[in-house]
Amino acid sequence: MTARKTTLTAAAFLLSGTALMAQDVTLTIESWRNDDISIWRNQIIPAFEAAHPGIKLDFQPTAPAQYNSALNSKLDAGTAGDIVTCRAFDASLALFQKGQLADLTDLDGMANYSDVAKSAWSTDDGSQQFCVPMASVIHGFIYNADAFNELGLEEPTTVDEFFAVLDAIAADGSYIPMAMGVNDQWEAATMGYANIGPNYWMGEQGRNALIAGDAKLTDAEFVAPFEQLARWSDYLGRGFESQSYPDSQNLFTLGRAAIYPSGSWEIAGFRSLADFEMGAFPPPVQNAGDTCYISDHTDMGMGLNAASPNAEAGRTFLNWLGSSEFATLFANAVPGFFPLSNAEVTLDDSLAQEFISWRGDCESSIRPFHQILSRGTPNLSNESWGTSANVIRGGQTPADAAAQMQAGLASWYAPQQ
Amino acid sequence: MSDRARKRPFRWHIVVFLAPAVLIYTAIMIIPLFGTLNLSLFTRAEDGSRIFVGLQNFQTLFGDRRWSDAFWNATGNNLWFFIIHMLVQNPIGIALAAILSTPKLRFAAFYRTAIFIPAILSFVIVGFVWKLILSPLWGVAPTFMDALGLGNWFAPWLGLEESALTTLALISVWQFVGIPMMLIYAALLSIPDEVLEAAEMDGITGASQFWKIKLPLILPTIGIISILTFVGNFNAFDLIYVTQGALAGPNFTTDILGSYLFRTFFGFQLQLGDPHMGATVATVMFAIILVGVSIYLFGVQTRLRRYQF
Repeated sequence: MTARKTTLTAAAFLLSGTALMAQDVTLTIESWRNDDISIWRNQIIPAFEAAHPGIKLDFQPTAPAQYNSALNSKLDAGTAGDIVTCRAFDASLALFQKGQLADLTDLDGMANYSDVAKSAWSTDDGSQQFCVPMASVIHGFIYNADAFNELGLEEPTTVDEFFAVLDAIAADGSYIPMAMGVNDQWEAATMGYANIGPNYWMGEQGRNALIAGDAKLTDAEFVAPFEQLARWSDYLGRGFESQSYPDSQNLFTLGRAAIYPSGSWEIAGFRSLADFEMGAFPPPVQNAGDTCYISDHTDMGMGLNAASPNAEAGRTFLNWLGSSEFATLFANAVPGFFPLSNAEVTLDDSLAQEFISWRGDCESSIRPFHQILSRGTPNLSNESWGTSANVIRGGQTPADAAAQMQAGLASWYAPQQ
Repeated sequence: MSDRARKRPFRWHIVVFLAPAVLIYTAIMIIPLFGTLNLSLFTRAEDGSRIFVGLQNFQTLFGDRRWSDAFWNATGNNLWFFIIHMLVQNPIGIALAAILSTPKLRFAAFYRTAIFIPAILSFVIVGFVWKLILSPLWGVAPTFMDALGLGNWFAPWLGLEESALTTLALISVWQFVGIPMMLIYAALLSIPDEVLEAAEMDGITGASQFWKIKLPLILPTIGIISILTFVGNFNAFDLIYVTQGALAGPNFTTDILGSYLFRTFFGFQLQLGDPHMGATVATVMFAIILVGVSIYLFGVQTRLRRYQF
């Protein structure tokens, strides 16, 4: 420990020496978003370098599937870049606990983020932050606006209206009411349960109650989303039991299905494939006038390598991530991945605008089982995939599904015992 | 004594010639095998260090309902997977070989090649092709069945709890039926003509020649095929992973030991991998295969009558 401190002090001295010589500092950025490489090189990096002379950025992405292991070994070996793109929740928390990510609690830019945005990169008690929130994805329903016009339908706001719309599309018969399958299971949980659920358990309130052990998964507010999911099966296409995620995407973009339960991350892909107008509506509420809750799921953050010799420059960069300049650049370059800062953002894509506008009308929450609750075995998040798919397929009743998940959670999570 | 030693020096060439195989086999098979067995006796403590727990992992696997239910489900599914192969793949393989070996058949080489080709295809290709064929949305299966007037009989087989595992087993049969066919074909060709001619002299021809003369002669080969099928099935993983993903849906009805091991060892999505429980599952799989092979070797193979030509 002392040896390490001495090296760090030595490094700090060396650092201040180089800084005095006013040489350019180059920050290397680790990321899994190799899809975004041209956006970084052509838009984000030039904008930052123009505003901050003396700091250069080098964006070095790795393939997504290898990112976690590659990053871990680079950090262990001391060869990782200065800035690290953070996965949400436990993967990054583990790095922080090992002392490989710097504590960013006192970073000025942190003031630009809400607690929900920060929750993915905070310690369990919320006292320390180790990554700057960067992007989230919002869940909702994307619909074929041409089909809605043709059938004279309007965006539903309540659950009853939602099923009335589905009935109307089914009665007309020219479109499959909803494009979703249960073969890959995760859609059922992510685009089904986690999408419509926050309206029942009142977003953060229910999620935190679950973590604190004050609510159980067998409580009415956690069973009700399953009950709605069970009704969905009548409106999914023929053979939805073996329909996969790409099947559903194709069904919708080919114009054969009217509604697609999903999220904002689809926008860029759908824009290039669909030749009809698209609209989006948030998950319907139970009664007209209820507060709406949306799943605004934190997905990507950026942190500082604790061993980085360029910590000051790194902090400057991380502060800039909270500015409205970065937020606007990023949001428009990657429509559907929304910046998490409170800065004002103008979006060009109308569908993306629609999604992000819900943040003003509704309360944000994240997917219910991602924080803390999925640390044990059986893994609650994975289990929710299976139970949600079972409920839609009719293989399990909503009450059984909830009971199974509660029993699994209670088997290892002390506050639920 | 010393006289003899001079006459027969130590035969170094045996050691030299065996060494490469022994070394490579030890390095890539025996050491990892014992490494796995060893790993299953440890667990990870809170602070990340390894602690020795003896057989506690096995006790968890068989004693804790959450583990044992999933394990027995996977074992049962695996057994069904094996039974389908034994009942469908091997009889069809034998029948195809018998047909191919009839001297009057034309284009025999073409059929042989065509039937064998799936066995050399990648699991990934086979999995995706069949997934597409059986897709209720774009598959040829529903269209084809509609054309035959059987449209109402079509179901999304891969997505139904009752049929998913059997469908996958049949896909696997389709892929590998060429292997028993080839082995039996070779065995049939090695039956000396004199034996068959003698049978003909005795008036045993056609089908009864197959049942009474050829089948007893190829029984050892059928035994070998059964054991290859057993080992292959209980190690299977790829096809399930490609078509149904690591969660082996719907509702774990296609979960076999290989996919269960994968989920346990490497984790999945938010579930972190547990190398120690994974090694425990791997050890049990090894034991199952070892017992199966031993039963065959000591119980069946020693009783098979062999004929010398």
